[in-house]
Amino acid sequence: MFDIVLPQDSKPLAGTFDVLIVGAGPGGMTAAIYCARGRLSTVVLERNTAGGQMALTERIENYPGFPEGISGFDLTEKMKKQAGQFGADLREITTVAAMEPAGDRRWRIVTDEETLTAKAVVLAPGVEARNLGIPGEAEFLGRGVSYCATCDGALYRGKQVAVIGGGDSAVEEGLFLTKFADAVYVIHRRDQLRANKVAQERAFANPKMHFIWDSQPRVIRGEGKVEAVEYQNLKTGVVASLPVDGVFIYVGQAPNTAFLQKIVDLDEWGYIKTDPLLRTNQPGVFACGDARTTPIKQIAWAVGEGALAGIQAEKYIDLLGEPEAAAATESEATESEATEAAATESEATEAAAQSPISSEASGARGTPTGGRSAAHPGGEPTA
Amino acid sequence: MDAVTQDRFAAEVLRAPGKVLVDFWAEWCGPCRTIGPVLDELEGEYPGVKFVKLNVDENPAVAQSYEVMSIPTLLVFDDGAVVKRIVGALPKAKLIEELGELMG
Repeated sequence: MFDIVLPQDSKPLAGTFDVLIVGAGPGGMTAAIYCARGRLSTVVLERNTAGGQMALTERIENYPGFPEGISGFDLTEKMKKQAGQFGADLREITTVAAMEPAGDRRWRIVTDEETLTAKAVVLAPGVEARNLGIPGEAEFLGRGVSYCATCDGALYRGKQVAVIGGGDSAVEEGLFLTKFADAVYVIHRRDQLRANKVAQERAFANPKMHFIWDSQPRVIRGEGKVEAVEYQNLKTGVVASLPVDGVFIYVGQAPNTAFLQKIVDLDEWGYIKTDPLLRTNQPGVFACGDARTTPIKQIAWAVGEGALAGIQAEKYIDLLGEPEAAAATESEATESEATEAAATESEATEAAAQSPISSEASGARGTPTGGRSAAHPGGEPTA
Repeated sequence: MDAVTQDRFAAEVLRAPGKVLVDFWAEWCGPCRTIGPVLDELEGEYPGVKFVKLNVDENPAVAQSYEVMSIPTLLVFDDGAVVKRIVGALPKAKLIEELGELMG
């Protein structure tokens, strides 16, 4: 394969690749496996550490191939190893600051450390925990406030904690916390949980789990570290204070797409819009995983999308490399690529896109690690 | 980076002369594993600072007394007193920025 942008006598420039993948969750890592195995030079940029929401999940019971279940950390390690053995270059703790067209049908990505260019980009930046936005939340981050029970739960042995929220993550992570904490108080603004039934049954049967209904946290108090959370009953207006050592916040997620705002089309909640072949409105830019407008946030689904995005990137690059494509104008090349890729891929992918949607959610996905996620405040509500 | 335990914490950190960086970590913590090698590099670059790591699962009392509620947490001690606290994994350049003056 020839790199059409470089002078003929030059070696590939440092920082010049076939594919850049933004995000090393299950979607991004699957795309990396396909691209690297397709002999494309592939770099995966990860703001945090690999695995995304998956890595923060204590136990995954609905990902095929692991009938006994597998920890998110172990599954992450396996995916990392698989992408790595085909030559994908994973760069962790690397934040993407900007993305822009670099001319010659390439894309430029600026990270906090360097500038990279590539012929194709797969966007898989994932989602992060939303903030509550109450006093004390930012102040006590890492000192009692957390968005990740799997990360920090073990540091709360013998303590009392509050969990904010009533969805899958809140209830499942709350249950996880009962392994360490003496008491877990779930504070929820409604009078019933939204979590899946299995999690609800386990939660109501667990003597360490307590529920505070119809209530909204107002302020997190403490001196140097969390000592209490004050909450208000929404029906009576009464404010109460609950002494706790930790507050775990699970009030939804928002996509990590702020850096893409003027680059690709986003929906009203900030999720990346694509066609059924996972193409964004920009040529050579594909998207997969939780940050895409997607019906479900599940690892199995993200992996499928990662495969499609990786294969699409590969086909796009193949077409770029053809002499006629190279000679054509940008818009012609893009159009012919689009038509041909659509023709070859549509059957398989449309079948995938239309397959039944499962609402099974027993492998609830956690939220990002405290220290890093806090630097990236949440955006629009997702539910 | 050498490991330090609860029993040896006073001798090797609190009573150690000059600056000591303690990396609070655990096996199960992905971000801890990522910054481990970065700290190993920094150890070589700052010969005047002692670098040690403390496993929070094996040494919960130390983690509790310094109110380590999230890992990785890095604490820099100077003559026994905490002079810097960094919570969460940071890229190397950012770590150097945060630690720069202290370690200089």
